[in-house]
Amino acid sequence: MRAFSYERAASVEAAAQAAAHNPESRFIAGGTNLLDLMKLEIEKPSHLIDVNGLGLDTIESTAEGGLRIGAVVRNTDLAAHETVRRDYGVLARALVAGASGQLRNRATTAGNLLQRTRCPYFYDPNQPCNKRLPGSGCSAIGGITRQLGVVGTSEACIATHPSDMAVAMRALDAIVDTVKPGGERRSIPIADFHRLPGNTPHIETELQQGEIITSVVLPPPIGGKHIYRKVRDRASYAFALVSVAAVIQPDGTGKVAVGGVAHKPWRIEAAESELPNGARATVSILMADARPTDQNSFKVDLLERTLGAVLAGARG
Amino acid sequence: MQFDKPATTNPIDQLKVVGKPIHRIDGELKTTGRATYAYEWHDPDMQYAYGYPVGAAIAKGQVISIDSSVAKQAHGVLDVLTTLDLGDLKKGKMNTARLFGGKQVQHYHQAIAVVVAETFEQARAAATLIKVEYAPEQGAFDLRSELDNATMPDPSTEPESSTGDFHAAFVVAPVTLDAEYSTPDQSHSMMEPHASIAAWKGEEVTVWTSSQMIDWWRSDLAITLGIDKEKVHLMSPFIGGGFGGKLFLRVDAVLAALAAKTVGRPVKVALPRPMMPNNTTHRPATIQRIRIGAEQDGKITAVAHESWSGDLPGGGPETAVMQTRLLYSGDNRMTAMKLATLDLPEGNAMRAPGEAPGLMALEIAMDEMAEKLGLDPIEFRIINDTQVDPEHPERPFSYRDLIGCLRLGAERFGWDKRARPATRREGSWMIGMGVATAFRNNLVMTSGARVTLDQEGIITVETDMTDIGTGSYTIIAQTAAEMMGVDIEKVAVQLGDSRFPVSAGSGGQFGANSATSGVYAACVKLRDAVASKLGFNSADAIFENGQVRVGNRSFPLSEAAGAEGLVGEDKIEWGKLAETHQQSTFGGHFVEVAVDVYTGETRIRRMLAVCAAGRVLNPITARSQVIGAMTMGAGAALSEELAVDMRRGFFVNHDLAGYEVPVHADIPHQDVIFLDETDPYSSPMKAKGVGELGLCGVSAAIANAVYNATGIRVRDYPITLDKLIGRLPEVV
Repeated sequence: MRAFSYERAASVEAAAQAAAHNPESRFIAGGTNLLDLMKLEIEKPSHLIDVNGLGLDTIESTAEGGLRIGAVVRNTDLAAHETVRRDYGVLARALVAGASGQLRNRATTAGNLLQRTRCPYFYDPNQPCNKRLPGSGCSAIGGITRQLGVVGTSEACIATHPSDMAVAMRALDAIVDTVKPGGERRSIPIADFHRLPGNTPHIETELQQGEIITSVVLPPPIGGKHIYRKVRDRASYAFALVSVAAVIQPDGTGKVAVGGVAHKPWRIEAAESELPNGARATVSILMADARPTDQNSFKVDLLERTLGAVLAGARG
Repeated sequence: MQFDKPATTNPIDQLKVVGKPIHRIDGELKTTGRATYAYEWHDPDMQYAYGYPVGAAIAKGQVISIDSSVAKQAHGVLDVLTTLDLGDLKKGKMNTARLFGGKQVQHYHQAIAVVVAETFEQARAAATLIKVEYAPEQGAFDLRSELDNATMPDPSTEPESSTGDFHAAFVVAPVTLDAEYSTPDQSHSMMEPHASIAAWKGEEVTVWTSSQMIDWWRSDLAITLGIDKEKVHLMSPFIGGGFGGKLFLRVDAVLAALAAKTVGRPVKVALPRPMMPNNTTHRPATIQRIRIGAEQDGKITAVAHESWSGDLPGGGPETAVMQTRLLYSGDNRMTAMKLATLDLPEGNAMRAPGEAPGLMALEIAMDEMAEKLGLDPIEFRIINDTQVDPEHPERPFSYRDLIGCLRLGAERFGWDKRARPATRREGSWMIGMGVATAFRNNLVMTSGARVTLDQEGIITVETDMTDIGTGSYTIIAQTAAEMMGVDIEKVAVQLGDSRFPVSAGSGGQFGANSATSGVYAACVKLRDAVASKLGFNSADAIFENGQVRVGNRSFPLSEAAGAEGLVGEDKIEWGKLAETHQQSTFGGHFVEVAVDVYTGETRIRRMLAVCAAGRVLNPITARSQVIGAMTMGAGAALSEELAVDMRRGFFVNHDLAGYEVPVHADIPHQDVIFLDETDPYSSPMKAKGVGELGLCGVSAAIANAVYNATGIRVRDYPITLDKLIGRLPEVV
């Protein structure tokens, strides 16, 4: 870990300004991912801007009947929140499927969205990685890829986004609210928030330098059965091989986002029209452009069967 | 004391303390954080510096140059020691790969430098500033592609055995199996990383470390440093797990010693977790072929077990075939091992080396064979039980009650509820039961101890035996208390110090039986000393309640000790009983699993082990050993695999996020039953080891349960869902 300076931002706007002035700065909230990466020198910020004290830790209803979740609300608190459990069950279930109790106590809403891939080649500084060192190449391609992406991948990167929470938020059509340096606010639909790797896998989100997430807004509740099904090699404390976040209505329609397969929470709205026709029809659209490796081609079958379990659960 | 005749009645048989469920005497130290592990050793008068190791970024080749000039200028850095500074250090006798010194890179993450700084963080930061130029060489990393190049290993490993005429018998056998199995490379992944502190005083070095085998480490550290063994003082009183990963000298001790010498201060070095799987040793992968031929009645007539594994030049095979020479009857048999040269990190012992992967294969084969024969797998095993060494029928087992384990286990587990494959469902769960035999030889090692009686009546045991979480402190205290007739509170146990008599150490499940036997021998000497001091004949003396009594006369032990105290020191040495009698431990593993019909996720629901391992010295610590081993077997069956990058030659998932050992949620209800038995051929304690027995066979029991649940036979571990998913029932 390199030496770094540290400040507690006085306001959201001040935090954004400070970050804009120093491209080597990072915001820190829970630190559950950033600090680990700093110890490995995968992240090398010269300056940390602490955003914990800015009043971004509340959960409140919106005028439209939705829910505004502060950027530094802890995963534990969000999962336990009464409204989330009642009206956005898929989110609560996704949250508790992730990490461990200790990590969830620290991890924040915005930090969870911004966590970086768990690709083992990204984590090993001896290995080429376009995400860690742009232009160095991808050592995962042709290597150990069982956990890695099957759709939306590129010649430069086949990493996945590791979040469970973000997959549920994608199914719920969440909006990411931000403040840019200079004070301009914008609302980014979560569909547009994370990027596919393309030729620039090191650029993972639409956020600009200094732009700070203030909250994530959920639209008004849509009812239905809320299911989060995470499939992994051990029963807990593992990243998803695949996961399915679904809100299924009594008539069989619904919304579905999937995790563990792509560089971002994966959802194709057009696939959802096939939900009443079952998992196979739905996944055939979701995975139409899948380019799995020999080691992870099982994920396509697994996804179909997992969605099958979800739909059966929704019926039962 | 020479143990060359079966034990007769001795003071241990009183079982006033030995055999009792006594909680760990070191438990309070551990639960209150006062047990000092290697890295935590802290002397306020010492100015510790911190060393951070740097591992090679290539799998094979040479280090051309190391530029540490920037690192040396970094804040807080005291010095940087590189492998090129040292030339070729002598390699320890027990090591295959060189730990440090010289330009050759034999495997990924082999240590090439250590940065020493005032703080850990400074050392770690400066370590990334070191620039290394390599000349990489092509290596061999894929066991399967090297099979044709594999050769017969060192004859001392008994690479081949043959009895009768396997081929002739197999060809004519009415029911046969010929199948291939594979087990992956596995990592010990113990909780406490390899860690050492070294401090020099003149030409003598003291090393606080985490070692299973004090004397092996001491000897090899002396060789590596090029100093006399007497100049090395090693201490390892508490160890956070080892599983074989701490049997042999590791580089943390070498780097700490070299760095401490260089900077003239005590230096701490711990291996970072992501460096452990590639820097240290691992259990090598195997490919195994098993052939079994049987009569229609289930009697095995032919059995062959072959195994291929790889290692660095100078290394040895994973001895996966050994149990097959002893476990089941059959007149015609052969085993063979082949060793390929691989440029992966050093393969070496991991808990139950040989038997663990060997039984992972053999006990699936037995399940498959039972099905072909239409026999219950327990009955099939019982039909083929043997009370003698099948290769040498004149040589009986000292005591063997495998049948008792299987029968009792079947009854307790409800084996009669087992259904035909793929027929039992609970909702979306497919339910299955599996069984496997546990088998591991009872090894013994020479083991010494010194026992002192003081004028307070306190018995102090000193031995370089280690407690790797197994309960050595407690069973040694029980042994001394039993022998000297005192309460266990009157016994103090000091372990893991090279100034103490050399013991068996912890490994090969030989620790408990050997070390307590060494303490037994020392206590016999102390009893003699007490009797002699009081003018008794020790054979007439009775030691009980803190007193020694002969006839009507009795004296407190403290009185016998006097101001100067009394000492008994001896070691247990082993005669030829193991040659005339095969000594082994046995068990039956029973497992119930549920497999999700949609996803193929396997979750274990119940586990039972019934063990027959001689006298159980302490049912609490023994049970803890076995349930820990069952947990390890669950990992081996379902998730643990070091993933080899065949191009770059290293284990990719080299941390605990990528190498998935079981978590609490994976481990359901576990039961352990010990058969009440003693084995007088094993030792004066009449005990045998259990630490590895609990792992042997359990993974196959899980594999067999998965088969029973799904009808899908997976012969390549770990049984992850991708190996099931294409063959699961249609559901969508």
